[in-house]
Amino acid sequence: MSVREPLLQVDGLTVEFATLRHRLKVLEDVSLTVHPGEIVGLVGESGSGKSVTAMSVMGLLPDIAGVASGSIGFDGTELTGLSRKAMREMRGRDMAMIFQEPMTSLNPVHTVSFQIGEVLVEHFGASPAQAHAKAVELMAAVGIPDAARRALDYPHQLSGGMRQRVMIAMAMACQPKLLLADEPTTALDVTIQAQILDLMRSLRDQFNMAILMITHDLGVIAQMAERVVVMYAGQVVEEGTAAQIFDRPAHPYTRLLIRSIPSARHKSARLDAIPGSTPSAHAFPQGCRFHPRCPEAVDRCRTETQALHGLPEGRSSRCWRSLEALQDTVAAS
Amino acid sequence: MTMALLEVQDLTKEFVVERSLLGAQRATLRAVHNVSFKMAPGETLGIVGESGCGKTTLGRLILRLLDPTGGSIRFDGQDITHLSLRQMRGLRQDIQVVFQDPYSSLNPRLTVRAIIGEPLSNFGFSTAEITRRVGEVMEVVGLQPDTMDRNPHAFSGGQRQRIGIARALALRPKLIVCDEAVSALDVSIQAQILNLLADIQQEFGLTLLFISHNLGVIRHVSHRIAVMYLGEIVELATERDLFENPLHPYTRALISAVPEADIHERTERVPLDGEIPSPVNPPPGCPFHTRCPIARPRCGSDLPDYREWSPRRMVRCHFPGEALPTFAETATERALP
Repeated sequence: MSVREPLLQVDGLTVEFATLRHRLKVLEDVSLTVHPGEIVGLVGESGSGKSVTAMSVMGLLPDIAGVASGSIGFDGTELTGLSRKAMREMRGRDMAMIFQEPMTSLNPVHTVSFQIGEVLVEHFGASPAQAHAKAVELMAAVGIPDAARRALDYPHQLSGGMRQRVMIAMAMACQPKLLLADEPTTALDVTIQAQILDLMRSLRDQFNMAILMITHDLGVIAQMAERVVVMYAGQVVEEGTAAQIFDRPAHPYTRLLIRSIPSARHKSARLDAIPGSTPSAHAFPQGCRFHPRCPEAVDRCRTETQALHGLPEGRSSRCWRSLEALQDTVAAS
Repeated sequence: MTMALLEVQDLTKEFVVERSLLGAQRATLRAVHNVSFKMAPGETLGIVGESGCGKTTLGRLILRLLDPTGGSIRFDGQDITHLSLRQMRGLRQDIQVVFQDPYSSLNPRLTVRAIIGEPLSNFGFSTAEITRRVGEVMEVVGLQPDTMDRNPHAFSGGQRQRIGIARALALRPKLIVCDEAVSALDVSIQAQILNLLADIQQEFGLTLLFISHNLGVIRHVSHRIAVMYLGEIVELATERDLFENPLHPYTRALISAVPEADIHERTERVPLDGEIPSPVNPPPGCPFHTRCPIARPRCGSDLPDYREWSPRRMVRCHFPGEALPTFAETATERALP
């Protein structure tokens, strides 16, 4: 691990949703770091809290939600408690986000050129003509053929893959230091997904832009991320380099999740399914939140709250048996 | 092959699409074009392809939820291509379907007993018999029979898909069409449902037509696989042949694009530019030639025959099996400005 300052440092973040009857802790004690130019994968199944984590960083939590404790440091600034105006400044310039379904984030009544250029007019005082020229340039840079003509199209005239490229062009307009990508390729076909992932990787290489890649797809994570954060039931359960996570997972959830994916590279006779289903925030289990589904659970897992703790080689896990499990895999290999 | 349970010959479906509000200009969308295959009893045939390739339309044609424009469908020795709705009723016992979304495909106002029992009551089973059979299939799919009087919202996504499968099983069909049956589920739940489908296929000798865009899932469940592109089957082979030695350039590009959950399998991607052309104006010649890395002039004018390459192996390409460039070889000319 290098000693450079992290670009993003989320520390002990707890987020609550206030409903009519309850206060739901949807995130509890979430910590993660992203260094400049680094691609970090944030992976989890539905309800794990990965999108709420991203929304907290962007300052886009819904009104019913609030940060109960913890901090979000970005490039030397503490983001929790920042005014809406200051947060909007930050979003336009230093961090940007792309979503799964670009159609819902694009305005149907404006041309794509207008939407890409808007941020330049808004934050950098560009004239409309300058903004348009820059928009065409950005569209070409994200691989949209015939960019000058497509710039005048409306979102509905573009395919899903092209819309996602437009979203990326919008995000790139201000040359952000951090791109949060929430399931950016989940709605796309696999050949188009491969194109978009290549594009994101090459933009990172060119502009040293950090990417927090949020997805349920461990395949995308394995191909893209340098470090991986695994979430389950509102908590980080494991964190490490891609090699550590995929080759020697320390938490039983990570281990089982990787084994439950059917591979296109080899035929598997039977999949290792994880029994049960993911708990909702209304009923997170006591003790280790994964214990009802964990084949290795013992009494201590059912009663004792587990904390994320450090392990050798700079990785961490929320399972108290991880050290033992890692020593076993070393002994076995 | 023993006698086929399902035999599809030159199946074609065209939709008329209105191009102007007045309907003056009409165009046809070719969703499925000259598709032919056979399925043996007990077999799983995977249909894989990207959005708009016609895989869902193909499933709906076989279910006779849509009327084909051309070609024929034979099921269990009987030509069912032009059966009327009334005549199809009898066949509904034998051909069932499991849909993608376990949230929208189950009526939220009915109990699970009514949902699973509906096909049974349509065929005149008594109330006592329905309760017995519903309990039976719930056990088969791993649900507690004593929960049959609850509504779907009391169940998780994975459990709802089990309800959908139980409903399809209730009439003891011969063929089940699974249309993206696990695509909406989390991976840990997806694995449970895939294992369940394998178990019930074994137990009941079911034949499965499994439609999915997910190549890992398709490889896992299928004995044989058909790859579709713009309404055509471009390649059909056994699971092993298709993945170990794909012949069609599209099959190879598709397989190479799958991100594998293994950091040692960083993919040597076959470059595939552009996007799927519109099925309203499909390109002449081979439908794939506009994106094919090895296309020649001939591919732009002549549609390749759907021909037998080796026993039980079909391909629609003028140059099957020819070496393709990899992404690394062409990466230099792709550098961004």
